Amino acid sequence: MSLLNLAQDFVVAAQPAAPVADTIGTGETIAFWILGPLSLAGALGMLFARNAVHSALWLVLTMLSLGVIYMVQQAPFLGFVQIIVYTGAIMMLFLFVLMLVGRDSSDSIVEVLRGQRLAAAVLGVGFAGLVVGSLAQAFTRVRSVGLASVNNSGGGNVANIGSELFTKYLFVFELTSALLITAAVGAMVLAYSDRHGKGEKKTQRELVEERFKGDRPGSLPGPGVFATANSVATPALLPDGSVAEESLSALIETTTKERLADDVAGVSGTGHQADAHALTGSASAKEGE
Amino acid sequence: MTESVAASGLASLAWLLLALPAFGAAVLLLAGKRADKWGHLLGCATIIAAFAYGVALFFTTLGQGPEERTSELHLFDWIPVGALNVEFGLRIDPLSLTFVLLITGVGSLIHIYSIGYMAHEDGRRKFFAYLNLFVSAMLLLVLGNGFVTLYFGWEGVGLASYLLIGWYQYKPEAATAAKKAFLMNRVGDLGLAIAIFIMFKELGTTQYTDVFARVDELSSGSILAITLLLLLGACGKSGQFPLQAWLPDAMAGPTPVSALIHAATMVTAGVYLIARSHPLYDLSPDGRLVVMIIGAVTLLIGCLIGMAYDDFKKVLAYSTVSQIGYMILAVGLGPVGYALGILHLLAHGFFKAGLFLGAGSVMHGMNDEGDIRRMGGLAKYMPITFATWGLGYLALIGIPPFSGFFSKDAIIAAAFGEPGWRGYVFGGVALLGAALTAFYMTRLLLLVFLGKARWKDLKTADGKDYHPHESPLSMTIPMIVLAVGSVGIGWFLESGDRLAGWLEPSLGPLEETHGVIDHTTVAILSVGLSLVGVAIAFLLFGRKPQPVERPLRVSFPVRAARADLYGNALNEALFARPGTWLSRALVFVDNKGVDGLVNGTAALLGGSSGRLRRLQTGFVRSYALSMLLGAICVLGALLMVRFS
Amino acid sequence: MTPTYYLLLSALLFSLGAVGVLVRRNAIVVFMCVELMLNAVNLTLVTFSRMHGELDGQVMGFFVMVVAAAEVVVGLTIIMSIFRTRRSASVDDSNLLKY
Repeated sequence: MSLLNLAQDFVVAAQPAAPVADTIGTGETIAFWILGPLSLAGALGMLFARNAVHSALWLVLTMLSLGVIYMVQQAPFLGFVQIIVYTGAIMMLFLFVLMLVGRDSSDSIVEVLRGQRLAAAVLGVGFAGLVVGSLAQAFTRVRSVGLASVNNSGGGNVANIGSELFTKYLFVFELTSALLITAAVGAMVLAYSDRHGKGEKKTQRELVEERFKGDRPGSLPGPGVFATANSVATPALLPDGSVAEESLSALIETTTKERLADDVAGVSGTGHQADAHALTGSASAKEGE
Repeated sequence: MTESVAASGLASLAWLLLALPAFGAAVLLLAGKRADKWGHLLGCATIIAAFAYGVALFFTTLGQGPEERTSELHLFDWIPVGALNVEFGLRIDPLSLTFVLLITGVGSLIHIYSIGYMAHEDGRRKFFAYLNLFVSAMLLLVLGNGFVTLYFGWEGVGLASYLLIGWYQYKPEAATAAKKAFLMNRVGDLGLAIAIFIMFKELGTTQYTDVFARVDELSSGSILAITLLLLLGACGKSGQFPLQAWLPDAMAGPTPVSALIHAATMVTAGVYLIARSHPLYDLSPDGRLVVMIIGAVTLLIGCLIGMAYDDFKKVLAYSTVSQIGYMILAVGLGPVGYALGILHLLAHGFFKAGLFLGAGSVMHGMNDEGDIRRMGGLAKYMPITFATWGLGYLALIGIPPFSGFFSKDAIIAAAFGEPGWRGYVFGGVALLGAALTAFYMTRLLLLVFLGKARWKDLKTADGKDYHPHESPLSMTIPMIVLAVGSVGIGWFLESGDRLAGWLEPSLGPLEETHGVIDHTTVAILSVGLSLVGVAIAFLLFGRKPQPVERPLRVSFPVRAARADLYGNALNEALFARPGTWLSRALVFVDNKGVDGLVNGTAALLGGSSGRLRRLQTGFVRSYALSMLLGAICVLGALLMVRFS
Repeated sequence: MTPTYYLLLSALLFSLGAVGVLVRRNAIVVFMCVELMLNAVNLTLVTFSRMHGELDGQVMGFFVMVVAAAEVVVGLTIIMSIFRTRRSASVDDSNLLKY
């Protein structure tokens, strides 16, 4: 509340005293000429940033400057809402999702569609030129009324917005609340994944029956059984001395040789002296090679 | 042209003349194979009944005074459409009655002849049906009281002619000849149709009475146009130059067809047309001049080609072409010649039909052999045929007192009566024609009936010997009747201007001619020249035996005559080939142009869709790019609207 | 300087966000660009509310923020669940609509 009062004072100070028609003072001009290019820079940065997270951050810059512009334009409520809700909530949501999902998939430089960039640039310039030109021409003689009278009467900006919201735009308000509920429910539905319930969990009996129907009724040797060393990565040896395939760790096997060199040396006996209780034999010595 | 009254009494039944043969045709065609036993008898019966009625009507009309002889029978309103009001009615006047008698009389004789001639054919019933159809259409042609009804009959006889020429469907030359006849007739029909259109445009009517009464309203240009176009129609139907090529080819049909259609009746329709339209021709000397020229040219062409052919029927066909040339020349002379043309028409109908039937009899006896070089000395074996044929021959070459003398002679005299150079030219051509006619007919006589019997050493087409025999009674009796006609009819009709007087209500009075040469001299000249022709033919062909194979090394005139004086070659070069090129060009345009357009559109669509689908890359970012592009376009459009 | 300058700034930010959506391949970064676009629009709303002299624009901006929050929650959950199944957060990997 005090923050809001602060903002209102700031807004009042930026306006000339008791204006009849809307005039733009130097404060506003300076604000515009700083914030405008800033928001443009943020937009351009968002456009050209290779990393998606950088894009989001540039957009945050744009939104913040827009929020301030709103405040400068005698819309303090909207400005704060922009900063709190839009930038603070929505953009953060974007960043969360980016972290979860889109961080690795960054756009490559090469454009797949031929001429897309050129066409987009041309069309963008054309569109901008068209709209800017028509707006500039259309509004040459329009006088701005200004919100001073509205903001200063009937409880200020917030109160007036509130009263409009709950009288003139009540139906729309109710609709948007329905929309929000729907969006929340929809998000929950979409995000729900049946991670643990892919079909029924097998009971103990079913697991045992499957095991006995298969080709190996006994349980698999755990890691390190029959191991000749303490490393979990050591493969188990069968009674005849060969390596049990089931105990090989896929992760270890794919690990590069250099990183395993020490372990290999330890197991094969070329490095440290093997344990006194280890079974010696040509088979185990050969395995470490 | 005398006024016409409404038909009454016996004349009011004149529709029977059309209905009886039409009924016969319908029954015979629809009854199918059940009628095979009695079909030919029904076919003959209808025509004989029509002839009987025609005779009765004739005598009734004869009993009336000359002013009452023209009557019209209104049957129904045929095409009442806006300004055009065509009625379907019959005009019973001396000219049409003459033709009725000719058609039904000669027609019934030929029907009886066909019973025997077509006895061994399976489709005899259909043959009679077509013949009946022909007679019905021809009667409509001559009886119709307007040009459109005439055109109806005109087309009908064209159809029947096509059906009958192509009777031997399995023979390619018969089918081709039928098509050729139809197509060349069509060219002529075009002229007739356009003439009717002009009549309607200028006068608003096509009925005879109205048109002929208001002939003075037409400008001389339209009269000339109408006369020339009617002449074109007549040329097509009567086989005159330049449309004469179909008539010899039409001999591919059975002989009764040649006799009836291509000698006596259908080919005379052109003469009828010109005679009927005489009020128009009276007012157009230039039109008449063209008619005369066409007649004279055809006359000579027929003679020249007929001298070199070896096919019996084809020679007679060219003879027909030539004689009709005489008739056309006669009606082209104007009021001095209309009745003379009709006279020659009637006489020609008799003796030419008789000649054709005789040819058919000979061919029937000689196993359908038509090449005269393979005949010879048949007079002994076919006496009746020889006698009747001989009488017809004498009539044709114009030996008095046979009918041809009177009719041809009158025409030659009238031709000489033309003023100035025309008299000499046309009269001279007619005389020359008489000489040439005598020549080629005598050649025919010598090679077929007299001389050495060359066929004794030859075999037929299927390897058997020839056994020429006389034809059965059903064939000889009609020939005898026609021979009697050939003998007597000319003198009978010409003496006392009987025919001319009878035809006066229809054709106007026959004017006397006073030519450069008077009648007696003309008569002596024509007979003399005919005898000269006979003598030359005897000298060339009568003294030594004729070779069976036609000599190939002949002089140019003979070669040209054998090639129809290059008439067919001309037709082919001028019309057939360009026509084929045109259709080929159109096919090319269709294939490349139209198909190319259609297929090209399909290919375009296919190709473009193949390219366009590459837009669907599947990448979200390219879709986003197009969305941004779209947004820019919309924005731009809005701004343009806003700031314009 | 007029309030129009804020509008121009917002237009520039918006187009930068649009270009970012087109160019970046990491799904989350694309999402952040969308957030940038929303912020630009918010700025526009606030400026207009100032120009009109009424608080409607600010209330609208407030609602935009609420909706953006809900949207971010759901969107990030979706991205996370996709990442779990496909192990990739690249936007280019979902290209099954390719011809």
